[in-house]
Amino acid sequence: MNWSETLRISWSAVRSHGLRSTLTVLGILIGIAAVILTVGLGLGTQKDVSAQISSLGSNLLIVSPGSTTSTTGVRGGFGTSSTLTLADSEALTSSVSTPDIKAVAAEKSQPMALTAGTANWTTTVTGVTTDWLSVRARTLSSGAFITAADVTDSASVVVLGSQTATQLFGSTNVVGQTVTANGKTLTVIGVLASVGSNSSTSLDDVAIVPMSTAANELIGGATSSSISTMYIEAQSSTQLSAAYQEADSLLLNLHGITNSANADFTISSQDALVSTATSVYRTLTVLLTGIAGLSLLVGGIGVMNIMLVSVTERTKEIGLRKALGAPPWAIRRQFLIEAAILGLSGGLLGAILGVVSAWLLPGVIGSSVVISPAAVGVSIGVAIVIGVTFGVYPATRAARLAPIDALRSE
Amino acid sequence: MVDTTSGTRRRSSAPTPEPRKAIELIGARKAYRSGTIEFEALRGIELSINVGEYVAVMGPSGSGKSTIMNILGCLDTLTEGQYRLGGDDVDDMDEIDLAAIRNEQIGFVFQGFNLMPSLSAWRNVEVPMMYARVPKEERKQRAQRALERVGLGSRLENRPGELSGGQQQRVAVARALVGEPTIILADEPTGNLDSVSTMDVLTLFDELHAAGRTIVLITHELEVAQRARRIVWVRDGEIMRDEVNAA
Ligand SMILES: Nc1ncnc2c1ncn2[C@@H]1O[C@H](COP(=O)(O)OP(=O)(O)OP(=O)(O)O)[C@@H](O)[C@H]1O
Ligand SMILES: [Mg+2]
Repeated sequence: MNWSETLRISWSAVRSHGLRSTLTVLGILIGIAAVILTVGLGLGTQKDVSAQISSLGSNLLIVSPGSTTSTTGVRGGFGTSSTLTLADSEALTSSVSTPDIKAVAAEKSQPMALTAGTANWTTTVTGVTTDWLSVRARTLSSGAFITAADVTDSASVVVLGSQTATQLFGSTNVVGQTVTANGKTLTVIGVLASVGSNSSTSLDDVAIVPMSTAANELIGGATSSSISTMYIEAQSSTQLSAAYQEADSLLLNLHGITNSANADFTISSQDALVSTATSVYRTLTVLLTGIAGLSLLVGGIGVMNIMLVSVTERTKEIGLRKALGAPPWAIRRQFLIEAAILGLSGGLLGAILGVVSAWLLPGVIGSSVVISPAAVGVSIGVAIVIGVTFGVYPATRAARLAPIDALRSE
Repeated sequence: MVDTTSGTRRRSSAPTPEPRKAIELIGARKAYRSGTIEFEALRGIELSINVGEYVAVMGPSGSGKSTIMNILGCLDTLTEGQYRLGGDDVDDMDEIDLAAIRNEQIGFVFQGFNLMPSLSAWRNVEVPMMYARVPKEERKQRAQRALERVGLGSRLENRPGELSGGQQQRVAVARALVGEPTIILADEPTGNLDSVSTMDVLTLFDELHAAGRTIVLITHELEVAQRARRIVWVRDGEIMRDEVNAA
């Protein structure tokens, strides 16, 4: 009896118990689809997060107020007044002790409602210095950016993100229009090119104003000189750690702190952010995949269960085949192939389900899913291996049956 | 006659003054154990059948006829004693050897037909040839011819459930013949047949006997047994009489 013959017999056995086989296949199918999807979702989120962090700009150090090195929690508060000031950012730019720092972009942000005619839109109003555009690696789609003169004069100008412009005016062709924020009228001088972010905090929904305008007229208050974040651009990627040292010691000095453990600011690098985020998501992916893997195991046990039922039910047929001259290996092969068919069908259908839902899911939950062909191939392979592995015991049991006992069974 | 060659040729190519032994049971005992109760179905059987002999086994129900047949067909093993097939002790063989013997040397007609309900008549007949690695086309042809010989040429595609008891029995006979085995073991092959079909099957056995096959046939009908050249009478697991058939 050759392979194609065995295949035909096994296939007709699988088909003759349609519902039972379908349910078994379903167990594997769900497991495989779950694995493909969780792995895809994990990889997709990892990709999203690192893309998001990379989109901040290149060779960046990010300085945020407050300390995370202290075990007592965040020192200096986000909620209270920020420990970083405009003076810090100016010192970092101009000081001779910071040769590895190319540029510094300070940000002072606050959510605020903008109005243009009857349209109303709440966005993040961010006060910046002129270096912001290059440090954050952004470009303009139209108009011009804030100049040094605008910053000195607290000019009433604004550069809108593409999404913000669309929300307020219905188009991005809005240079020369005016918007009102906090009772102050600002003239739109430029629109930022879209960076197409799919994250929740959109980089396209911003209103950029001169730092002085933000500090004195829009956000103001007691915290007028404080800033929310500083982005430091190093001269090159190799000078990133040198820039880190320089910024750290200069800021400690400026803030009069001698013990770096008491620092009231935190400097993090993009790489560190990416690797932290990546490792967090990797752990999550492994965890979820483990759970999905368990369901695959359950599916495998289902195959074994059904194969045992199949062997018991067909004991008489096995006895007859042996009486007619079937060697043990032929019987074993027949049942192994039957199990493999169940596994393979589950694997293939599961892969299809996984890929299709991976294709539909981003539209629903707004995070990307990365399907690697390797993952699909491996899971189909795993499904077959599971089918065969869990089929070995029932098949061996079938092959070992004594012909006469098998024939007598009813 | 289509498949008469192999048996005769084998015989004529190795002529021996002494007739060769096809089957030998020596001090054969078989005990069935169900729970603590042991029942001895065979109690010291001595039986020797030469190649080409046509033997009928008779005896009351429960006397051990089917038990003997299962031993001869290598489907069951003895508790005590020896079974030699073609001079070789079956006890020394492994499962793979036994599978080959069941497949190539023995054609077994079961008392309860034992057909596969999901397969058509010719697919049922084809099964032994599948394990003998006969090519597909040839299998179908031979299965067809075997079914024609038992008068079922028009029922090739019917499943056992669509056939009468007698027709099913004839499918079982066709399956036993199709591999051209040297030994045919038939357990009540005419039990469900009317007199016409019985005669057809017995004529077939006569032809096989003439072609040199060894035939062992269990029956409870004397007319059927009378077609054999030798009748063995079994009772309570023992051979009572072993006589050459005068007829
Ligand atoms: N598996 C078994 N377990 C226990 N006892 C058995 C078993 N098989 C057969 N027997 C007993 O062995 C004895 C012989 O059985 P066997 O089937 O050989 O009878 P038989 O001569 O073929 O009868 P029949 O003409 O009714 O077919 C019977 O008494 C039967 O009950
Ligand atoms: Mg019987």
